[in-house]
Amino acid sequence: MSIWEYANPTKFMRTTEGLLPWLVGSAVICCVGGVVWGFLTPEDFRQGSTVKIVFLHVPAAMMAINIWVMMLVASLIWIVRRHHVSALAAKAAAPIGAVMTLIALATGAIWGQPMWGTWWEWDPRLTSFLILFLFYVGYIALWAAVEDPDSAADLTGVLCLVGSVFALLSRYAVLFWNQGLHQGASLSVQSGERMSSVYRYPLYLAMLGFFLLFLALLLIRTRTEIRRRRLAALQAREMRA
Amino acid sequence: MIALLIRDLRLATRAGGGFGLGVAFFLILSALVPFGVGPDRATLAPVAPGVLWVGALLACLLSLDRIFALDHEDGSLDLLATAPLPLEAAVAIKALAHWITTGLPLVVSAPLFGVLLQLPVQAMPWLVASLALGTPALSMLGAFGAAITVGLRRGGLLLSLLVLPLYIPTLIFGAEITRRGAEGMATATPLMFLAGITLGVLALIPFAAAAALRVNLR
Repeated sequence: MSIWEYANPTKFMRTTEGLLPWLVGSAVICCVGGVVWGFLTPEDFRQGSTVKIVFLHVPAAMMAINIWVMMLVASLIWIVRRHHVSALAAKAAAPIGAVMTLIALATGAIWGQPMWGTWWEWDPRLTSFLILFLFYVGYIALWAAVEDPDSAADLTGVLCLVGSVFALLSRYAVLFWNQGLHQGASLSVQSGERMSSVYRYPLYLAMLGFFLLFLALLLIRTRTEIRRRRLAALQAREMRA
Repeated sequence: MIALLIRDLRLATRAGGGFGLGVAFFLILSALVPFGVGPDRATLAPVAPGVLWVGALLACLLSLDRIFALDHEDGSLDLLATAPLPLEAAVAIKALAHWITTGLPLVVSAPLFGVLLQLPVQAMPWLVASLALGTPALSMLGAFGAAITVGLRRGGLLLSLLVLPLYIPTLIFGAEITRRGAEGMATATPLMFLAGITLGVLALIPFAAAAALRVNLR
């Protein structure tokens, strides 16, 4: 028994089928619970009620980065082991990651307007998220453009590897670029630790909720991809017959 | 390897090869920007380093699909892949040919466009140095993008979408060198970063590009 047995799509489908309702259920409970609990927290004495958007903003930003890391791992597994489910999972994860990045950017803008007096600032943190979004869009577009599924998986895998290096590089280049020009008010893990526990626990719950939500969506999308593959195979057989 | 380089250069200089197209694009951009932002020195000089670097980058982007597309169409790319020359070396030579036909003319002509955009005189050597150091990285990254999109029918737009985020670190450091040069500040740090990026790209990207080519030629 090893995880490589899940390279067998049939086994993957059977296992995830039982898992999915539980995952979806707990994701909904944690997301709704975290956001509603967050909304009921007292208002911050400095930021007022706007602080409550943190319960959407921080989990989305966290997932945006982690989904790219997951795609990197999945691409590596595909390149090394030719693990088809892995390549399809990377494909399925990309649009979720792009939407998470978009949510983080949008909630950041909505939060930034009353706090900083501007919708957008070329702050290192904001800029590197915009670049991350560009990487997601390029990755998705490449998947869509290549017809042969195995070539597409190979090419997007290589792009993901190179893109990861450059996403990291851009992060530090951007930091360098804006140093001394603008000291951005940034959200960091450190500020999360300075947060009082009134905010911290609903935030953790929302983070868990977003993570479970990602897992559930990922499994649903991967199952769809596998079914689409099977359909294509059946149609190809039909054409030959 | 030298034969391949000479062949590519010859193809580029013959009619319709697109040699000098990048410089022409650069000229158009430098002529359009003053119309857009206003002609006086006070507005042009601060934006000149950035505009020159963005212009060089776009001029580079314009000619990227030439690196492999034509060879793929007439089948000589398959011959290259089966030749005794490693594909990684062929990619590097192709990127070098692209740099000689696009990057080098940009480096040489950049001071002229700097004059058009009111770039301070003391920034000229830094502009040339940063372009000379940065454009090889642009060509090599472009070769990677071109290798990924070579089999696609409408790869041009996708190519720019894939390559642009990869260009961002080079652009940041290149423009930073020129800006600091214009203001008379120390340029050693961004210069070293840019050199590091270029060397890293030259060392590693040929392997990624060759891998992408092998997939596309399969």
